[in-house]
Amino acid sequence: MTYAIELEDVHVSLGGSHVLQGVSFRVPTGGVTALLGRNGVGKTTTLRAIMGLAPHTGTVRVLAHDTRGLAVHRVARLGVGYVPEDRDVFAGLTVAENLRLAERVEVPAYDDAFALFPDLADRLRQRAGSLSGGQQQMLAIARVLLNRWPLLVVDEPSKGLAPKLVGEVADALSRVATTSTVLLVEQNLAVVRRLAERVVVLDHGRVVHQGPVGDLDDADLARQLLGVAAAP
Amino acid sequence: MTTFLSLTFAGLALGAVYFLAASGLSLIYGLMDILNFAHGMFMTLGAYAGWDLATHLPATTPSVLTFAVEVVAAIAGGALVALLTEVVFIRPLYGKPLSQVLVTIGLDLAVVALLLGGFGANSLSLPVPLWFLEATHAGSVLLPNADFIALAAGVVVLVVLEWFLRRTRFGIVIRAGVENREMVSALGVDVGRAFTLVFVIGGAMAGLAGLLYTAVFTGDLLSPLQGDGLLIFAFIVVVIGGLGSIRGSAVAAVVVGLLQDYANYYGGQHAGFSEIGNLSTVLLLALVLEVRPRGLFGRAT
Repeated sequence: MTYAIELEDVHVSLGGSHVLQGVSFRVPTGGVTALLGRNGVGKTTTLRAIMGLAPHTGTVRVLAHDTRGLAVHRVARLGVGYVPEDRDVFAGLTVAENLRLAERVEVPAYDDAFALFPDLADRLRQRAGSLSGGQQQMLAIARVLLNRWPLLVVDEPSKGLAPKLVGEVADALSRVATTSTVLLVEQNLAVVRRLAERVVVLDHGRVVHQGPVGDLDDADLARQLLGVAAAP
Repeated sequence: MTTFLSLTFAGLALGAVYFLAASGLSLIYGLMDILNFAHGMFMTLGAYAGWDLATHLPATTPSVLTFAVEVVAAIAGGALVALLTEVVFIRPLYGKPLSQVLVTIGLDLAVVALLLGGFGANSLSLPVPLWFLEATHAGSVLLPNADFIALAAGVVVLVVLEWFLRRTRFGIVIRAGVENREMVSALGVDVGRAFTLVFVIGGAMAGLAGLLYTAVFTGDLLSPLQGDGLLIFAFIVVVIGGLGSIRGSAVAAVVVGLLQDYANYYGGQHAGFSEIGNLSTVLLLALVLEVRPRGLFGRAT
């Protein structure tokens, strides 16, 4: 089995707080792996460490490359698309400029992006800051689809979205996952159940469980790991 | 009315030079979070580069060509000094804002001291065409020709800069970097190259500002301290316009230039009010900081 992401004993300290305390897990190539856990356990920090955005110790390998010493843009150019927690679209730029900024290949796959999010094609000249939250999320995902990169790291794509939009975003990620490996941080367990094959659970900066998504069917285990009941 | 129109024209010309001085400063702070106190040095060295090259031309009466050579030398000199400053001094200190501030202040002080030691204060005269010292009649209003040059330079740079920032990929990278540098990197863009480019653009405009300031406002006399004097107003313009906003810098520069000219003329005639122009500018800054701390066109934080 090959792995798209491998973390070994990763530690991150932020502002005197030891956020990640030796995180180790591997994300197999293909499909969706969900990174779960209660609020504040270090999920976003783990994704930021993978991208090189959070200074860390330990080993991070992305698409078989050790990222030690690599600048953030070099990590991305290994073939990683990053969709951050708060979308982080560039509000003052138009939709077209946001997309153009993300182009890293000779022939960007605009057709793929617009097939998933046709709404964006009609709003190319609109400032991203004036888009709705759902449209901004679509833009943030479309931005990383242009390069057909083999790995996507997606942080809480359903956060703050209306239920209908959550379904649309999940549909899009489901289709993307047929061609790319996806590491997904997501609080909405219905979305996790629908998309993910595997789950990795963090607690207090450590991995406390890894296994198939079916493990969440055990209500006691789900409550113990996540503090919530995982409705079937 | 004639006086008012003359003052307005002079104020616009002053605003144009302030814009040239401020726009690079604004971009550098907006993109890189660097308070670049060496910007005054870029302006001063740009003007000295123009003077130096002009003195190496065959000795004739200064012509438009002489001035064109000075402009090119000032732009190239400012850009080169900015490039060296970024690569040698700023780049090793990314993530250390206090060290960056200190090193830029130190550079500025060192260069001023070297120039004072080498050339003295106000001892050099920039060769400018005779046309510069004349004025054009527009009806009953007398408009100094030099002001036309400053105004034209400001407008041309504004148009070119706006085109560059809106139409080119590097421009989009810079605008995006001003908003969220980290996310630009996460999209695979080498922001470091954009940093260097912004410094070079800022240095080029500063060099031009330094030369025009000498040619238009100092009676052609070069001073090692002129860049620092201009830098204070450039900072004021940047804060009023909004950090990182070129349009904001343009609007604020015009407002500050006009305000300074009007206040100096109408207020400065009274005893004890000779510095009313500078005072009014600082009061405007205080007002903007009180009412709209992010400046006229600054992004919300």
